[in-house]
Amino acid sequence: MARSTSPAIVAEGLAAAYGDRLIWRNASFTVNPGEFVAVLGPNGSGKSTLLRLVLGLLPPAAGSLQVLGERPHRGNAQIGYVPQRRNIDRDLPVRGRDFVHLGIDGTRWGVPVGDAADSHRRVDEAIGAVDALAYADRPIGRLSGGEQQRLLLAQALAGRPRMLLLDEPLASLDLRNQIVIAELVSKLARANGLTVLLIAHDINPLLPIVDRVLYVAHGGVAIGKPAEVITTEQLSRLYDAPIEVLQDSHGHMFVVGLEAESAHHDG
Amino acid sequence: MPITMAELYPAAAPYFGWDLARDLQELLRYAFMQHAFEAGTVVALSAGVIGYFVVLRGLSFAAHALSHIGFAGATGAVLVGTTPIVGLLVFTMSAGAVMGALGQRLRGRDVTIGLVMAWSLGLGLLFTRLYRGSANLAIGILFGQIFGITIQEVAATFVAGSLTVLALLVVYRPLLFATLDEEVAEAKGVPVGGLSIAFMVILAVAVSEAVQVVGVLLIFALIVAPAAIAERFTTRPSRGLLLSAVLAVLFTWAGLSVAYYVPYPVGFFITTIAFLSYILARLVAPTLTLPRRRGRETLAREEQARHSP
Repeated sequence: MARSTSPAIVAEGLAAAYGDRLIWRNASFTVNPGEFVAVLGPNGSGKSTLLRLVLGLLPPAAGSLQVLGERPHRGNAQIGYVPQRRNIDRDLPVRGRDFVHLGIDGTRWGVPVGDAADSHRRVDEAIGAVDALAYADRPIGRLSGGEQQRLLLAQALAGRPRMLLLDEPLASLDLRNQIVIAELVSKLARANGLTVLLIAHDINPLLPIVDRVLYVAHGGVAIGKPAEVITTEQLSRLYDAPIEVLQDSHGHMFVVGLEAESAHHDG
Repeated sequence: MPITMAELYPAAAPYFGWDLARDLQELLRYAFMQHAFEAGTVVALSAGVIGYFVVLRGLSFAAHALSHIGFAGATGAVLVGTTPIVGLLVFTMSAGAVMGALGQRLRGRDVTIGLVMAWSLGLGLLFTRLYRGSANLAIGILFGQIFGITIQEVAATFVAGSLTVLALLVVYRPLLFATLDEEVAEAKGVPVGGLSIAFMVILAVAVSEAVQVVGVLLIFALIVAPAAIAERFTTRPSRGLLLSAVLAVLFTWAGLSVAYYVPYPVGFFITTIAFLSYILARLVAPTLTLPRRRGRETLAREEQARHSP
């Protein structure tokens, strides 16, 4: 696969706002092609907003943003997107496979004509890639959170993107599944040369696989290697409050001092 | 407006027996029956197809309300001297466009929708009174008047029915995408807002057609029942759509046939058949039919095996 060497995302003096409400500003960072970036930060700090900017769903309030060499625009086929999940109705009469199929031709008008075999093969390929063939034909609402997450990932992959934007794919999964899904994303990203932006609450399941961390908090954005950004000094400055980062003997990181911020995280 | 066979042909003694060809011949003996079958089939097809999306999008109540709003339109149209269908279309399409523009915000607005619905019925009652026509006008709109349908109305129904089905086929995949996964569809460039409005306008046309067959009050039988049954038996959208359309047509044919022989209103028969079929479907498939699922433990073991180093 010919991989472009120009940056995947370039932000300069970027600001995000909903109407008059400024979310964050003065963000300047570059994401390289093939890089795996975890996006961290407290609720409401504007992590999902960052993804909306990259998707072209929200125009920058200030500054400039380049995504895969272009200005962000809605319907960019080069981006695979898995939004934060609400619960899928248990009785939704639709198979996981149908969800994946929409990733290929869900934007096309008219009835499918011509090569049905080709799109079926692509659907199978995508489902196989996330190891979900065993349950892809069941109603998607009946699957476990991890199984659903795999199929939604397959939907994003089916469009053969160059970049993956994943909003909290690990939320509501047990710890073992968090690690399994994170590793799966990492494996697929490396195999396909994908750039990944993954929003998460907890860095620990991601520590073995992330290249860099993008921290969004208190109206600002910081990027760097986990060990550079998730430090007492950096976070204290970002939050403008005393924050302490502790590490256990396995290298797991714990951020202390954000209790007030994170009290409503997992509700 | 006559709504039972006895009123239309009190002296007729129709053939009924095991000779199916002769039964069919008997059923289609009169022009009014041919028209009823033609219009009924077209109406049922479009109702069944759009009904699948109505149920999938959780818009049953909105569809129901739309038909009631149509009642005010239909009676209002008669009051100002045009045909009911014009008023039906104008009212349901405008209301549909507003509902479509509200989109997701429509969910959970049962109280608002219900009030608009009740007010529309009240308005229709006033219009009927002002018109000083016979109560049959209102009865016909409320409960359907398929046996009184003219050849011109059949033609109009055919055009409207074809348009709704065609429009749905054109928007099928993006509409399915927007219905199942609105956020991703939007990010992928599907015009979800426009589709929401387009869908409700198509629904308005389908509802206006269906009112001719089952009337404002009985619309659930043709738009919601077939789709609700279909969704219990298949997890494939294309098959669900097809099954829903087939069921709607069968209900209509069965209702018309029974009403030909038995001197009670066709609306009663269609709704009864739809209701009994739904009950039967619930008994046969108490929950969504699934391919047999292996035990959770087996799956868990498999996962473990896959991911243990």
